[in-house]
Amino acid sequence: MEQPVLADHPGLVAGRRSRPRLGRALAPYLLSLPAGLWLLVLFLVPLIVMLSLSLQSCNTATGACVMTWHWAEFGQQLSLYHSQFVTSFYFAGAATVIDLIVSFPIAYWIAFHGGRKKNFFLLMLLVPFFVSFVIRTVVWEFILSDQGIVLGTLKNAHLLPQNFHVLATGYAVVAGLAYNYLPFTALPLYVAIERIDKRVLDAAYDLYATRRQAFLKVILPLTVPGLFAAFLLTFIPALGDYVNQQILGGTNNTMIGTVIQNAFLVNLDYAGGSALSAILMAIALVGIFAYARLLGSRTIEEYL
Amino acid sequence: MTAAVSTEAAAARDTAGRQGRPHRRRRWTRYILPAYSWLVIAYLVFPIAVMVLYSFNKVTTGLPQISFAWNGFTTQWYRQWNAIPQLTSAFWLSVRLALASTVLATVIGTLLALALVRYRPPRFRGKGFVEQVMFLNIAAPEIVLGASLLGLFVTLNVARGFDTLLLSHVAFSIAYVAITVRARLAGFDRSLEEAAQDLGANAWVTFRKITLPLIFPGILAGALMAFALSIDDFVTSNFVSGASVPFPVWVYGATRIGIPPQVFVFGSAIFAVGILCALASIVVGRRQA
Repeated sequence: MEQPVLADHPGLVAGRRSRPRLGRALAPYLLSLPAGLWLLVLFLVPLIVMLSLSLQSCNTATGACVMTWHWAEFGQQLSLYHSQFVTSFYFAGAATVIDLIVSFPIAYWIAFHGGRKKNFFLLMLLVPFFVSFVIRTVVWEFILSDQGIVLGTLKNAHLLPQNFHVLATGYAVVAGLAYNYLPFTALPLYVAIERIDKRVLDAAYDLYATRRQAFLKVILPLTVPGLFAAFLLTFIPALGDYVNQQILGGTNNTMIGTVIQNAFLVNLDYAGGSALSAILMAIALVGIFAYARLLGSRTIEEYL
Repeated sequence: MTAAVSTEAAAARDTAGRQGRPHRRRRWTRYILPAYSWLVIAYLVFPIAVMVLYSFNKVTTGLPQISFAWNGFTTQWYRQWNAIPQLTSAFWLSVRLALASTVLATVIGTLLALALVRYRPPRFRGKGFVEQVMFLNIAAPEIVLGASLLGLFVTLNVARGFDTLLLSHVAFSIAYVAITVRARLAGFDRSLEEAAQDLGANAWVTFRKITLPLIFPGILAGALMAFALSIDDFVTSNFVSGASVPFPVWVYGATRIGIPPQVFVFGSAIFAVGILCALASIVVGRRQA
């Protein structure tokens, strides 16, 4: 006969109030609405448009396109430009490997021995990238020119033959790519190495590991997901790069990016350009899914 | 007892080194690694130093063009910094574009970051999808972004100009801003907000007086990121700019004919501003901590 008083049952009271009112419930959706809309209209929709353009036939004189479900476009573009794809893979791959090798020690040092100045060192790593990407590459063209600062001095000292040139070779392109994409490798590596629990290292030493064993058997395996992430986050953008090749390379080692740029801006071949672009995006997606598959629960987003 | 023993053992290990070799460890961590790291940093800064140096270089040929040899010191190019009208207008366009893009991207990205940090499924259904889209935006090669945007504008018959540039710049900046702000938001203490509301503040006042000032360094970092991305962007801008050309696109076009020294002057100016902003953000971050 005693009616239970609501106050006697805090659970009930809380239960009543825990369902948020409409405004509160909508909060996450309202907050993410502007971003969601913008990304939908200006990122996802363009990707779909790109896929649809690949299947159309375009009049290269006027740029007008008609949908013809031309599935053969992908195969055509691949066979036309497969050497550029191969060149892109080769250059981007070489640059990424170089970047991984160069970045690992410095990422390790900042993560383990940076102390309180970690942010300062990271900033020092990023400082050169305040200057425009195009200007940096132009300066490298400048530095590597045949009579420039580096080669000119070496040639005057007769350490190099007079007709030695670096520009317009693949080496210059790879060097430029490696330079410009270094932060894309160094930062994820730093994040990965910094995450390692130092106590694991102490445990290894407690079990009589030498420094070498501790590094090879404890630290290195723990950084593998980070290495993979750094590889992807460098390789994929480098694959689509064309500025380095155009400024530092020659006419016989063009990358797929140049082809896409020409298709869109010079030839007005929107269908062909979109098809090539779609293939490039597919390659990127394959890399990302491979990461998710091989490394399971770790998401690559952790390394951004 | 055991704690004392293990710390003693640890101390003994440290001084004696592993297997009795005290020198190896110090050599690596004291000398080799730091020297290597500074070498890498020097290598990264080297082209910037060359650029700044050669902005003071005299030019001996008839045209104002950077010459590869050092001809002597001059501040001529700094005095004649706006001698090339197209370059100057391209530069100011880049600055206006970057400012507008930063404002928009920072607001939109910060709101997104707030949503991502504070709400989880099932309250925020589709959060995983949003995160995947953000990640895809960042991981996709920029040429795919630029080409697809151009495809969209061509299909919709939209004239390319400042507006399309702005739309595109904000599009690729949002995800970066959201990630940067989210990282800084992670340690935010909600109980402060609850305390304010207990004292009678409504949601808006709480946000304005409590939340916003506390997350300001994170927002600033996101804004800096958006600005740097926009002012430096080449690939996307190359695709979606029409007659109005931003600074990096102009420089790229000029590589065919010859680059005037003013390009190095502008580059040095951007670099100096960037360093100042970075230092400012460090100082602001320290004050808030």
